[in-house]
Amino acid sequence: MSLRRPSKEQPQNFEFSSSSLQAAKKIVAKYPDGKQQSAVMALLYIAQKQNGNWIPLAAMKYIGKFLDMPYIKVYEVATFYSMYNLSPVGKHFVQVCTTTPCMIRGAYKLVEACKEKISKNENELSKNKSCSWMEVECLGACVNAPMMQINDEYYEDLDKEKTLKILDKILNGETPKPGSYRGRINNEPENNRKTLMNLKNA
Amino acid sequence: MLKDVDRIFQNLYNDKGSDLESSKKRGDWVNTNELIEKGKNWIIDEIKASELRGRGGAGFPTGLKWSFAPKEIGSRPHYLVINADESEPGTCKDRDILRFEPHKLIEGCLLASYAVNAHICYIYIRGEYYVDGQKLQAAIDEAYKYNLIGKNASGTKWDLDIYIHYGAGAYICGEETALLESIEGNKGQPRLKPPFPALIGLYGCPTIINNVETIAVVPTILRRGGKWFATLGKAKNTGTKIFCISGNVNNPCNVEEEMSIPLKELIEVHAGGVVGGWENLQAVIPGGSSMPLIPKKTCETLKMDFDALMAEKSGLGTAGIVVINKDQDIIKCMARIARFYKHESCGQCTPCREGSGWMWRMLERMAIGEASREEVDMLGDVTKQIAGHTICAFGEGSSWPVQGLLRHFKKEIEKRNKFNPTFGKDKNIPYLVDQHLLDKKDA
Repeated sequence: MSLRRPSKEQPQNFEFSSSSLQAAKKIVAKYPDGKQQSAVMALLYIAQKQNGNWIPLAAMKYIGKFLDMPYIKVYEVATFYSMYNLSPVGKHFVQVCTTTPCMIRGAYKLVEACKEKISKNENELSKNKSCSWMEVECLGACVNAPMMQINDEYYEDLDKEKTLKILDKILNGETPKPGSYRGRINNEPENNRKTLMNLKNA
Repeated sequence: MLKDVDRIFQNLYNDKGSDLESSKKRGDWVNTNELIEKGKNWIIDEIKASELRGRGGAGFPTGLKWSFAPKEIGSRPHYLVINADESEPGTCKDRDILRFEPHKLIEGCLLASYAVNAHICYIYIRGEYYVDGQKLQAAIDEAYKYNLIGKNASGTKWDLDIYIHYGAGAYICGEETALLESIEGNKGQPRLKPPFPALIGLYGCPTIINNVETIAVVPTILRRGGKWFATLGKAKNTGTKIFCISGNVNNPCNVEEEMSIPLKELIEVHAGGVVGGWENLQAVIPGGSSMPLIPKKTCETLKMDFDALMAEKSGLGTAGIVVINKDQDIIKCMARIARFYKHESCGQCTPCREGSGWMWRMLERMAIGEASREEVDMLGDVTKQIAGHTICAFGEGSSWPVQGLLRHFKKEIEKRNKFNPTFGKDKNIPYLVDQHLLDKKDA
């Protein structure tokens, strides 16, 4: 199991903004009557997005009331799943996959790049406070290894040099183009495709 | 090599676009209502005739699973749940279906829902695939717009609603009952079986849970006939399968091939060979990280299907092939997989929660040669105390790769770990074997 602790500095109050409230109501409607607790995961995401990429305890209490479920149940869910950030992270949140398929293709070179550019330790803000990084388990893009995720987007087929360039861009506030960084198209075997050739775009 | 006409996922590399119009050109949604008019029994019998086995890892016969759903809707509604929580290291096939062939999946949902009497279908997508999930959502919206799903879906008088539920980074939610717990808004901790979800599943109602790939091949099987599917591959291991070939190969890729294809052909033909040549191959993980690795000499002749791999004491799993060459430290590779399982254990059963950490710490020490001879046997003992003593199959999943390492690379471990605590100068043995590692902050 992973260790997860809520931040020591917590805001006093949390409330959904009107757009969050609308999104939340739409999600609750997906589930049968009386089963509104199912929406807790999606609502935590909404709270995380609204609150600059992390979830304060006040938001968990608010969601508990919103869905008519005990606060401890919301707390359980928020601490169980690793994608809910319980303490502040950078606006650009870099997650480097280092599980075996990525590791044997050099994922730790990407970690080195993050250490050089962002911060020495995981989950530490960069000097300009805009960026943080962490190692994560398999992100499910193994044939594009090594790869990393920045916020919602995947950056694939990387090496240290390319990673340094991407990190430079995000530290300057730009959004680099997601996808493969070796110019290959999706998950096809690069320069070696033998199937579905009649469909291949010229 | 499989002929291109027999490939189900024509848009695997997104040559032609994933929108409704291009999907229709590939044959999706053409005569859906005719298929449904043939009736539930016909659909289930056709899937049984195709001998389709679940593509999520366990390989359970899909037709049989569907026949477990109650024949009539009783007081409780039925649900269909699609497992798109693809997190097995080495596997990335479902992602390509979600983003490039979403209409195959949605049409499959309609056909399967009809066969198992479900009016509501939830698709559980891992949270990291948010962008790919949005692409699927766009396809679902398109399908609603043209009334392919929704009320009287595709003119079949069957109502079907499809909703996406995002996970949040828990590997264990790929286990079917943990997935149900997660949809219900709880921690993703597996339930005891029985009762099986087919009778008591989501919200206590009959629920059928299938993998994305399983459902996405259903429309094509029904159109071309179960017999066509059954002629591919070999008996009990029929059809086509998307293989993900990653690791130390020249051209890592996803490719759809016939079941029972030789492993060597997949690596040499599609993935461009092992980095450093075939002679440089050390071992292959054949079916995602849970499956025990296969040493080079077996790889020469190995066929990729459920039964052939079972005979080698491994398994096809999700068909995520991780190739490891001789430049890699095999013990370190397995130690990293053990760390993955230590991180992802849900913590419900003690053997798994504690044991996965033990295995990781012992393997890390074995990788740097700090373990004693006795510990090699102790490690094997720990794996046996985990496997089979937990609520779900995670216990097996975490201990099988370690058992595979011990089975094929025990000599390598013993060569590196010569430390003998009973004599010599090495008296600095901690009382608790793991204590010095526990003192580190990330243990």
